[in-house]
Amino acid sequence: MTYYDPADLGKFGDIGKDAPELAKAFFDYYGKVFAEGELTKREKNLIALAVAHAVQCPYCIDAYTGASLESGCSRGEMTEAVHVAAAIKGGAALVHGIQMRKHADRISM
Amino acid sequence: MKPTMPVADQHRLLSDSAVASFDGHLARAGLPPLTAGPTRVFQVNVGKLCNQRCHHCHVDAGPHQVEANMAWPTFEACLAVIRELKPTTVDITGGAPELNPHFRRFVAALRALDVPEIIDRCNLTVLMIPAQSGLASFLAEHRVRIVASLPAVNPSQTDAQRGDGVFARSIAAMRVLNDLGYGRPDSGLVLTLMSNPVGAFLPSGQSSAEARFRALLQTRHGVGFNDLIELTNMPISRFLEFLERSGNTAAYLAKLSGAFNPAAAAGLMCRDTLSVGWDGTLYDCDFNQMLEMPVSVEGSRTIFTYRRDIMDERPVRTAKHCLGCTAGQGSGCAGKTAS
Repeated sequence: MTYYDPADLGKFGDIGKDAPELAKAFFDYYGKVFAEGELTKREKNLIALAVAHAVQCPYCIDAYTGASLESGCSRGEMTEAVHVAAAIKGGAALVHGIQMRKHADRISM
Repeated sequence: MKPTMPVADQHRLLSDSAVASFDGHLARAGLPPLTAGPTRVFQVNVGKLCNQRCHHCHVDAGPHQVEANMAWPTFEACLAVIRELKPTTVDITGGAPELNPHFRRFVAALRALDVPEIIDRCNLTVLMIPAQSGLASFLAEHRVRIVASLPAVNPSQTDAQRGDGVFARSIAAMRVLNDLGYGRPDSGLVLTLMSNPVGAFLPSGQSSAEARFRALLQTRHGVGFNDLIELTNMPISRFLEFLERSGNTAAYLAKLSGAFNPAAAAGLMCRDTLSVGWDGTLYDCDFNQMLEMPVSVEGSRTIFTYRRDIMDERPVRTAKHCLGCTAGQGSGCAGKTAS
């Protein structure tokens, strides 16, 4: 038994039960975001896959692994997308090291 | 060699699944049950012998299938019906159809009949077998359209589905075909690539896949083709075994059901296709053939007893595997069925 149940992804729509207008607004927006636009659906799926790893959402990882495969992405492309997420997350942690160094400079002799 | 799941077990798995029947999907969309019109595509499955043993194969083809292959008298019976029907396309499939010893004789006979389009469903690697030398030239001389399987533009996914080293040999075969004029727009020799997903998911979209394959195969390998079609994997035979083994059967059938597209039903191949099995039995399509579901018309169930007067407008036999042909953009031996 894990904390997350993969079957819950299929119940995402239930989030609208006590706030239907907000849910409708969100899902309408969500649908428009992922429609083909200046970026292809395939590019959007790869971005979503990378972000899913950055925010560590297991539902999103399942959903956008499937969506990426169904938009013709190879495992190599998908793995590179995850590395992009990792690099940005890692870089974000590391660049805060400058803040650490500046503050350390401020309070150190 | 482990045999494929018995056909009766395949039927049981499909009928026991939670999704509604195929005819139920049609009815919910306000569509009548399927009927077949006049035969435009005459498809001949010449046997199950193949030099590959792909993990998704709905025919259960492979090097071990040395007995289930069409004999010349059955080819002759096909030719007699083709003379009567005058189909626009004769679609030769297998197995690797070229490995049937009568393949070249049959193609030559079709060309002599002036069949407008002759298709060879080719796995590409068969062209590189030393014993098949001259095969590519033979196909070019007889102006045969080649529909060649290539699921992905990278070796790992292609080899995962079709066997180690298949991608590299397929590219080598495409070079041979390109040198003969196949894949070149002005040669009149057509090379169509056929791609199907490497797993329990739907195809990516035919036009975008064609653009991606064209760009990557040209830049990475210097090979070209004329067009690309996509097929959905049918939940039968080895692919159904994979679904069962990986615990994906219910989810995949639910995916096909959820993606049911009424617009894809209009262009289903069973509406104008007659499929002949290696032993001469007649079917509505190659998938029904593998599920041992012959045509509904009892008086015309083999090529030897074919009767055109009772075959046109026959009811098409369906089961839940048909949901593979109506999912998303639709799927058939000519690719997507919905515009």
